[in-house]
Amino acid sequence: MAITLSAILNRPLGLILGLIDRPMMAVQRRFGTVGMVYIFLLPNLIIFGLFSFTPALLNIWLSFTGGSSPLISERPFIGLSNYADIFACDSYLQPQTCKVAGFGFWTSLWNTLVFALIQVPVMTLVALATALVLNRRIWGRGFWRAMYFYPVMLSPVVVSIIWDWILKRRGILNQLLTDSIKWSNKVAEQPDAMWFVKIGVLFFLALGALYLVRFSRWAKIIGGIGLAAVAVWIVAVWDPAATFHIGPWRPINWLVDRDSVWPTFWVVFVYSWAHLGFYMLILLAGLQAIPRDIYEAATMDGTSPWRILYRITLPLLMPTLLVVLVLSLIKAFQVFDEVYILTGGGPGDATRFVIQHIYESAFTGETKLYGIAAAYSVLLAFVIFVLTAMQIFLTRRQAGGVS
Amino acid sequence: MRKFSLIAVVGATYAAFVSVAAAQTVELRYMCYADANECEVARELLDKFEAKNPGIKVVIDKVGFSVVRDQLETRLASGQGPDMARVTTLGGLNKYYLDLRPYVKADYWEENFSQPLKWLRVGANDKGIYGFLTQLTITGPFVNKTMFAEAGVPLPNEKATWDDWAEAVAKVQKKLNVYAGIVIDRSGHRFAGPAMSYGAKFFNAEGQPAVIDAGFKAMAERMVKWHKDGLMPNDIWPAASGAKWKDGGDMFINKDAVMHMSGPWRIQSYVEKIGNQFDWAAVPEPCGPAGCSGMPGGAAMVAFKQTKHPAEVAKVMDFMAAEENLKVYFEKTLQIPAHKGLAKKGLDYGSQASPAAVAALKVFTANYDKLLPQSHQLQGYSKNAAIFNAIATYLSQAITGGLTLDEAYKKIDEEVAQAVKN
Repeated sequence: MAITLSAILNRPLGLILGLIDRPMMAVQRRFGTVGMVYIFLLPNLIIFGLFSFTPALLNIWLSFTGGSSPLISERPFIGLSNYADIFACDSYLQPQTCKVAGFGFWTSLWNTLVFALIQVPVMTLVALATALVLNRRIWGRGFWRAMYFYPVMLSPVVVSIIWDWILKRRGILNQLLTDSIKWSNKVAEQPDAMWFVKIGVLFFLALGALYLVRFSRWAKIIGGIGLAAVAVWIVAVWDPAATFHIGPWRPINWLVDRDSVWPTFWVVFVYSWAHLGFYMLILLAGLQAIPRDIYEAATMDGTSPWRILYRITLPLLMPTLLVVLVLSLIKAFQVFDEVYILTGGGPGDATRFVIQHIYESAFTGETKLYGIAAAYSVLLAFVIFVLTAMQIFLTRRQAGGVS
Repeated sequence: MRKFSLIAVVGATYAAFVSVAAAQTVELRYMCYADANECEVARELLDKFEAKNPGIKVVIDKVGFSVVRDQLETRLASGQGPDMARVTTLGGLNKYYLDLRPYVKADYWEENFSQPLKWLRVGANDKGIYGFLTQLTITGPFVNKTMFAEAGVPLPNEKATWDDWAEAVAKVQKKLNVYAGIVIDRSGHRFAGPAMSYGAKFFNAEGQPAVIDAGFKAMAERMVKWHKDGLMPNDIWPAASGAKWKDGGDMFINKDAVMHMSGPWRIQSYVEKIGNQFDWAAVPEPCGPAGCSGMPGGAAMVAFKQTKHPAEVAKVMDFMAAEENLKVYFEKTLQIPAHKGLAKKGLDYGSQASPAAVAALKVFTANYDKLLPQSHQLQGYSKNAAIFNAIATYLSQAITGGLTLDEAYKKIDEEVAQAVKN
C-alpha cells in the first residue's frame, strides 16, 4: 500500500488536533454549542481588552485628572476642568480667542478639517480616474495597477523621507529646476538657437492643425484661424530669448515658505500619493462588479462614452464611492506620520493637525500635559466615532441589511 | 568516564567562579547624549574608573538629545530610569535626583561647582548636591569671517548692538547673495539672552515669572521684522510648529547663513564639519540698551535616587567630578571649564586643537562675565522649560502671521501662568 505525501503530513497534524479535540469536546459539553462561540472569541477579546479597550478607558479617566505625573495613581481628580479649558473660547472659529488649552486644539482641528475637505475629494477623484483607466484593457495593465498600489505598501516614514529629499531647499526638485533654468538662460543667450525654437514650436502647431481633422466643420474653421493667428504671432512678435531668459533664480522652499500655499499643497499631494492606491483598488473592485452586459447594451444603443460614465458607471459605483469617501475622511482625520516628518506641522501651525497636537501635548518637550492631551483624544474619538457610524450605516445600506 | 568527570568538575568550578564574580559586579547605567564627542570621552574616563574599581561596571547608553528631553522623565516616573544621566533640564528633574552629600566631600563640590549646584536645586531650603556640569554654556553668535572679508564689510566692534550686527550681516547677505543673514536656533533659550540685552527681566520683584515686558517686546518685534526682511530664514523658526527645537548649525556649515546664534557646544562640530571651507569665529555678545547678555546653561551629569546602588553611583560621580578627570574631559571635548579650580588654572586644549576653537572658547568665556543677573535667575528657575517652550511656540506664530504679536504675548503669559499653577 503506497503511502502518499499528504498522509505523512496529515499524521502529525491529526495527532495535534486529536490532543486539542478532547479538551474542546469537554468544554463544549460543559458550555454547550452557543457557549463555544464565546470560548472562541475569548482570546481576541482578551487581546483587544488589554491593548485597546483598557487604554481607552484609562484615557477617559486620565482626561479628568490634572498634575504633571505620568502615573494615574498620582494624578489628582479635577472633574471636567480640562474640557472646560478646551471649550473656553469666545469663538471656536477664531482659536486665538481661546485659552491656551483650546487654542492649539481648535487650530489643529480646523487645520485637519480643511485638509480633509481638500484632500478627500482630490484623492477620491484621482483614484476614480485611475481606477477607470486601469479598468480598461490597456497595455501593461497589471504593471500600472502595481505601480499605483506600490506606495501603499511603503512605511509612512519612508514615504516622507523620500519626499523630503525631493522637496527640501537643497533637494532634488530644486536641483532639477536650477539646472533647467541654467540651461534655459544659456539657450536664451544664443540668438541662432532661437530660430530653431521658433521652427520647433511652429512644427508642433502644424501637428495640432492636423489633429483638427477629427472635429466638426466649425471647430476646424475656428481652430484653424486660431492656430494661424498664433503662428503669425510666433513669427512676427514672439522673442523666445525673453521667454527663455529667466535670470537669477532663488530655489523655492517648498515645505517652509510661509507666504505661499506650497506647504499645504505638498502635504495634500504626498498624503494622497501614498494612499491613492488603496482607494483605487476598492474602486476597481467596485467597477469590476458592474455587469458587463449593461455596457454591451449601452454600446449597442450607440450611447456616448461620457453618457455611459455618468448614467451607468457612476450610479452603479456610488455605494463603493461613498464607502471610499467615508473611509478616506476617517483616515484624513487621523493624518499624522507623513506630515509630522515632512513639515513638523509648519510653517507656523499651517500643517499642524490634531493628532500631532495631541502627541506633542502628551509626549514631547519638558512639560507634558497628559490630562489635556487625554481630553483632546476623547474629543477626537467622538468625531471619528460619528464618521465611523456614517460608514457603518452606508455599508449596511449598500449590503441591503438593516440600516 | 574519568575524563568526562574531570571536564564536568572544571566546568562547574568555572561556572561557579563566573557567577560569583558577576554577582559581585555592580552594573550601573549612564544615559548620555552628545553634541560631539562627550560620550566617547566619558567612556575613556569610565574605563579608567572601572580599572580602579573592578566591582563596578558603567554602561553608557548613548541616546539622542530628544530621548533625554522627551522620555527620561517618564522613565524616571515609572521607576525605569538609568542610574545617571546627562541632562539639560537642570532644576526640572530635581525631585528625582540623588543627594550625594552622604557619599562625597561636600566642601570640594560646593567650592568648585557653586553656581551650577544652585541650578540643580529647587527652593531656598534645598542644599542637596546632585551632580556637576559636564558642559557650561553661554548662548552667543558665530560668524562666517570669510564672508565678511569677501563682502568688504568690517566686523562690528565689541559694543555693537544687535541692530548694528543686523545691519552689517544684511550688507554681507545682499552683497554675496547668501540665502540667509542671521540664523537663531528655534529655542526660547536662545531668544532670552538678546531679549535681556534689550531690557527683558523675565521675573517680577517677588521672583515670580513675568515674561512680557518692554524689553521682551523690543526683541520679539525685531525677530518678526528680520523674518519679514529676509534677514532670518523661514527654515528655522517658522518651519516647525509647537515648541519643537530646531538647530541652525547646518545652515551655517553649508554657507547658507552669515551668522549663527548658538553656543560653545557647537565648537567641536564646527571644527570637524567646516574644516578649511571658510574662516569662522565666535564674536562678542551683541548688546542692547540694558547690556550684552546671552543665556547661561549647560548639561549636567546627575545621579537618580531610584538607583539600587547609591554608594557606587556616588563613587562614579565623585570620580568624574575630580579635578584631574574634569580637566581631561573639558580639554578633549573643547568646553569652557565648569569648575572653579580649573577656571582659575586655565586649560590646555593642546596643539592639536584648532586655533579657531580655542579663540571661540576665549570669546565665550569673556561673554560669560557679561551675563545679566536675570539670566542666572531664569536658568535656575525649575519651570524655565515652560517659559522657553511658550516663547518658541507663540513667537513662531507671530512670525508666520498666525497670531499678532499682542496675541502671542497674551498666549505666552497664559501658558507660563498655567505651568506655574501646575
